[in-house]
Amino acid sequence: MAQTRFSAGRRDILRILGTGAAASALPFGIGLAGAADKLVVGVIYVGPRDDFGYNQAQAQAVAVLKKMPGVKVVEEEKVPETVAVQKTMEAMINQDKATLIFATSFGYFDPHVLKMAEKYPNVRFAHCGGLWTAGKHPKNVGSFFGYIDECQYLDGIAAASASKSKKLGFIAAKPIPQVLRNINAFLLGARSVDPKATVKVIFTGDWSLPVKEAEAANSLIDQGVDVLTCHVDSPKVIVETAERRGVYSCGYHASQAKLAPKGYLTGAEWDWQTPYTQIVKATLDGKPMINFLRGGLKDGFVKPSSFGPAVSADAKKKSEAVKAAMLKGDFPIFKGPLLDNTGKTVIPAGKVLGQQDPLLESMNYLVDGVIGQV
Amino acid sequence: MSETTDGLAFGSLALALLGGALRVSTPFLFVSLGECITEKSGRINLGLEGTLVLGAMGGYGIALLTGSPWLGVLAAGLCGVLMGLLHGALCSLPKVNDIAVGIALMLFGTGLAFFLGKPLIQPQAPMLPSVELGAWSDSEQLRSALRINVLLPLGLALAGLLHWGFRSSRWGLALRLVGDNAAAARALGYPVVPIRIGATAAGGFLAGVGGAFLSLYYPGSWNEGLSSGQGLMAVALVIFARWSPLRCALAALLFGAAGALGPALQSQGITAGYYLFNAAPYVLTLALMAASWTPGQTLAGAPGELSFTQR
Repeated sequence: MAQTRFSAGRRDILRILGTGAAASALPFGIGLAGAADKLVVGVIYVGPRDDFGYNQAQAQAVAVLKKMPGVKVVEEEKVPETVAVQKTMEAMINQDKATLIFATSFGYFDPHVLKMAEKYPNVRFAHCGGLWTAGKHPKNVGSFFGYIDECQYLDGIAAASASKSKKLGFIAAKPIPQVLRNINAFLLGARSVDPKATVKVIFTGDWSLPVKEAEAANSLIDQGVDVLTCHVDSPKVIVETAERRGVYSCGYHASQAKLAPKGYLTGAEWDWQTPYTQIVKATLDGKPMINFLRGGLKDGFVKPSSFGPAVSADAKKKSEAVKAAMLKGDFPIFKGPLLDNTGKTVIPAGKVLGQQDPLLESMNYLVDGVIGQV
Repeated sequence: MSETTDGLAFGSLALALLGGALRVSTPFLFVSLGECITEKSGRINLGLEGTLVLGAMGGYGIALLTGSPWLGVLAAGLCGVLMGLLHGALCSLPKVNDIAVGIALMLFGTGLAFFLGKPLIQPQAPMLPSVELGAWSDSEQLRSALRINVLLPLGLALAGLLHWGFRSSRWGLALRLVGDNAAAARALGYPVVPIRIGATAAGGFLAGVGGAFLSLYYPGSWNEGLSSGQGLMAVALVIFARWSPLRCALAALLFGAAGALGPALQSQGITAGYYLFNAAPYVLTLALMAASWTPGQTLAGAPGELSFTQR
């Protein structure tokens, strides 16, 4: 506690000294005028911006923000999901005068973003992936996310069509609701093509563990899996390993088609510029913070990668038909009767969960056909 | 019937662990052999994690620039030599603690590698070729388990060579003398400080080559999470192996297999408790350290000049 107070104090002193120096060096305070009328947006990434994956997808949207008039962007990469992110946020708020912060990694939300939001009620915090709840979370916090399970369902169609063994593999980092939802959607997509298809899941335990990811890919392929996909921060290693071993792969976050010219089927990509620009525009116009922002294919939040050469015409047709239904907004992925892989009914017969249903955002099961355990 | 399937599953798990050991163990092997040479001279270089990461980055960069992965391996080794020379030289100054310098160099090496490696995350460098030891088999799983990189047999041969060299060669005896009793070495006319610097540089070379294996063969990509502490574990492994190169090789294979345990079990459908299995290499490190440290006694086989064996 004393530590925090001391460092805040030191930062304040530095700021006063800095402003004093700038003001005395420049006549009439010209130096301060330029920055004051621009909206300073802070963006925090958990990894490097060009990782062929999660952070790259975010950075592509930030590149669009940088071109917006009246917006100045400050960024910091490789900020861990610990108290370090609070320090980064405070530095952005106090030193760079950021009034809107994009915290792009799942683990930043609770408690870090929530704590900072209470401390700085005049700063807006946009978090990617969290579940903002009215009454429970501060008004200056918002969470945005995309229904990327729609693209995972399309991946599942392409994967089961290309697979000979009908054994698919999914390498995941941690069993959090978003990841489980992706795995389940991938399986349901695959089962829409072949009701016997299965998905083997390996949890590696963290977002970026290249050796373990390669090892997971190899052991899945050794077990007869012939299509791999994943939910880790950078799918590069997995897609490359699949290509080297001569099996198919579906990408995630961004397009990895370049890494696997033969085996890349399709992939689930983010298109974050839609939510980013909406949130920034609301801030510029002085409208209240958008607390809960979600969208899928039809809202332009996510998109499938273009098909690779190994996708058959038949699979393309099936996939395009489902995509068209999703674009119209009448394709619920999760509907009853649905069993989890321990035999328990998770969605009773006759019940349909729309994509916006918040129940789906607290998913804690793997559906029947997925081999793995939460 | 169920017995046969159990037998089959067990066989396939054993095969998966063998494959994992052969794929994952090479960096452990090189780093631990390097550390073994350094510690035999009486110095500890904890910075080999930094050297490993810097070697991985440097090797990847050079392989990308020149198109030759073997030049990459050489460059990685040279990065390691430079880091080793830096450590050796700093520790030769009076009143400098080698453990503190090692930690500083670990942070320096990883930081420098992340900084210089930014533009290398995207491009694909040419990879080291693999050797098909399993070409005679018609089991795809066995073939893939026995698909190894030539660095692994080189490392194993080096372990044998070091084992022989430490016992029977002139340079090996000199190295051990310097590490066991600097005063005696000086009395015999051996230059203590240059030998130690040389041993640290040689250790750095091997750690750098271990890094090149990571980025140029398996997993074969430059990325900031590439090493995830393998360099540090390899240093611990030297103590567990009691400064014997042959035991280092065994321990490296064991650590490789432990690292493959989590994914292998899950792909076999044994899915409970994967957090525990994923932590296997770390648990193994702790358990082995606890088992091999005896309080109040000098470790058997430890070079007498190491800072932690001094009282």
